[in-house]
Amino acid sequence: MGLKMNYKEFNNALEELSRNYKIYAPINMNGKGRFSGTDVVGYGEINKIEDAVFGLKSYYSPKEIVFPIRQTLFYFGDDEVKEPKVDDKDTIILLRPCDINGIERLDSIFLHNGTYEDIYYKKLRDKVKFFMIECAEGFDTCFCVAMKANKTDNYSVGMRVKNGEIYLHIKDKDLEEVFGNLGDEVDFKPDFIEKNKIEVNVPDPEKLTIDIFEHEVWKEYDERCIACGRCNTSCITCSCFTMQDVFYDSNQKVGERRRAWTGCHVDGFTDMAGGHSFRQKNGARMRFKTLHKVSDFHKRFGCNMTVGCGRCDDVCPQYISLSKCINKLYDIVEGGPKNE
Amino acid sequence: MSINTKQVKKNAYRITKTRGKTALRIRVPGGHLEVKHFDIIKKVADEYGNGTVHITTRQGFELPDIDFDKIPEVNKMIRPILEGLELAIGVDISDLESGYCAAGTRNVSACIGNRVCQFANFDTTDLAKRIEKEIYPNDYHVKIAVTGCPNDCIKAHIQDFGIIGLTEPQYAQERCISCGACVKNCKKRVTNALNFENYSVKRDADRCIGCGECILKCPTGALTRSREKYFRLVIMGRTGKKNPRIARAFLEWVDEETIIKVIKNCYEHYIEKYIDRTLPKEHVGYIVDRTGYDLFKKEVLRDITLDTKVKVARYIDFGGYMYDRNTMFTRGYN
Ligand code: SF4
Ligand code: SF4
Ligand code: SF4
Ligand code: SF4
Ligand code: SF4
Repeated sequence: MGLKMNYKEFNNALEELSRNYKIYAPINMNGKGRFSGTDVVGYGEINKIEDAVFGLKSYYSPKEIVFPIRQTLFYFGDDEVKEPKVDDKDTIILLRPCDINGIERLDSIFLHNGTYEDIYYKKLRDKVKFFMIECAEGFDTCFCVAMKANKTDNYSVGMRVKNGEIYLHIKDKDLEEVFGNLGDEVDFKPDFIEKNKIEVNVPDPEKLTIDIFEHEVWKEYDERCIACGRCNTSCITCSCFTMQDVFYDSNQKVGERRRAWTGCHVDGFTDMAGGHSFRQKNGARMRFKTLHKVSDFHKRFGCNMTVGCGRCDDVCPQYISLSKCINKLYDIVEGGPKNE
Repeated sequence: MSINTKQVKKNAYRITKTRGKTALRIRVPGGHLEVKHFDIIKKVADEYGNGTVHITTRQGFELPDIDFDKIPEVNKMIRPILEGLELAIGVDISDLESGYCAAGTRNVSACIGNRVCQFANFDTTDLAKRIEKEIYPNDYHVKIAVTGCPNDCIKAHIQDFGIIGLTEPQYAQERCISCGACVKNCKKRVTNALNFENYSVKRDADRCIGCGECILKCPTGALTRSREKYFRLVIMGRTGKKNPRIARAFLEWVDEETIIKVIKNCYEHYIEKYIDRTLPKEHVGYIVDRTGYDLFKKEVLRDITLDTKVKVARYIDFGGYMYDRNTMFTRGYN
């Protein structure tokens, strides 16, 4: 079903939906930017469409809604274990096609990788409906097209927000009821971006052999990368976590087990008992990340892990670019045209 | 040649080594100006000076080699500078064609602040201009500088009033990945105010100096800035021929309004009352040496209600060193 409506009508629908759903969208977090006097765009709950930010790419991804940064898995006591309650409400996320593809990448890792599903992930993930924000222009650092993550039909509602009007393509029958009597019926299907400003050539994963490990291309990143971990934490597809057992001060027998994000660029990521640690050099961390995104994951699941959202480029304080690194790999193994 | 040197000096012109020649000083409050003013500075230097300009330590310009008798013409020429850099920010100058109307209170300088610098906790130039508006024109010899963070690039620590921008880190535990970047950095580069307890970051508020470095390091936004801006006010630092010394902290976690009131009180109630009028110009730090810190404190904090967050120095041992080490005794009663 295609509909066209104004903000007010859409907000009425949001209000109705908010009875059963928590509605997340990219929002401007006033004064919460890293630097003084700056804002940052991240994911948060909205009540009305005016709260959502469409003109900027979000600095943090919607990943944290289905895979919380710090998540209590269970509480433990003397002889019992209890899982925390999950919110009764379901979840609606307003997000771009690349991020929908990104969450599908998370699904691969958490739900389709090996015998067991990650029940903690699944519990939150099963609640989610996607409202896809049409993204037909993209931003300077995006390379979703090269990653084939520019398109998706995995959404309940596709939406175009333009000049005070909202066009909706409603695929989810349950939601038709909510929107059905609002606005005008129109013929609408969202467009997708067909060309990014930067071009990325992805090397054939089979050609990325063990030889590339020793290649000098990584040396540059030994110097440049400061292992701040921002590329990992802003990434929609990074899915690594670490476990924490916390014993409460007042009673050392009770506590909680939780998990928290980590990533290959975060110090301590590969620390083992006895102090041994893999990939101490930052170039080796860059190598791990890059090859995981375009080779290892590909070999296992048949697509690149990175969706080309470009956030890692946007947030890197050292101006390190993953897309540029992928292009370098292409040139090395394919002997292809020199990329800028 | 007859020159009223007092009047000339009050007009921000200098009595120089060369007889008959003066130098004009241009104030740049907050150290930031539109380049259009350069055109006038260049023109004055070309037509009346010797084609050079000195950049002063207080972020102004000094144009040497101007004939004393050209002062009226130069004053007319610099009118747009007074309009742009003083009048526009609210400084009250009644006659815009007579040049600067006071020289005692030095230009309020500022580091580049958050217009450019990542470390800055606020817009330093803006605050410098606000202060300029409150204290200029004024003949008292006071030096004020504003700096964006405790790195103190403007050297607020050698000013009578050094204003240092702070932020109070806000911790959202649920966003913390226990990466340790903030803890490590504060330990290595700042005051070791952070540590881990149960994978969460604990901040020792007494140790934290509000630099904001932990916020800069945090990859997830678990640490963010406080909505409120805070300051450390350090006082009575100086160079000079008697007792050079570093300024000491007077107020901590204080807000902008309080700082403005303190400075105004200092001019209106403290210096006004206790300055040694037998001297041509007494630098405020020496007044504090004479009256003692307690009296200074009482006068500058009058009519001010301090927020409970604010810390006030109980006493200050200014220190530094004396050029004349034999300062303990004088003959008679002086
Ligand atoms: S690796 Fe970079 S471009 Fe790829 S999904 Fe992660 S943040 Fe986006
Ligand atoms: S954001 Fe840049 S500097 Fe930080 S860890 Fe990633 S690549 Fe290295
Ligand atoms: S004092 Fe701080 S804010 Fe100012 S320039 Fe130096 S580092 Fe930047
Ligand atoms: S603001 Fe500065 S002193 Fe305070 S905890 Fe952060 S880094 Fe440490
Ligand atoms: S830098 Fe941020 S995420 Fe890392 S330990 Fe500190 S508060 Fe937690």
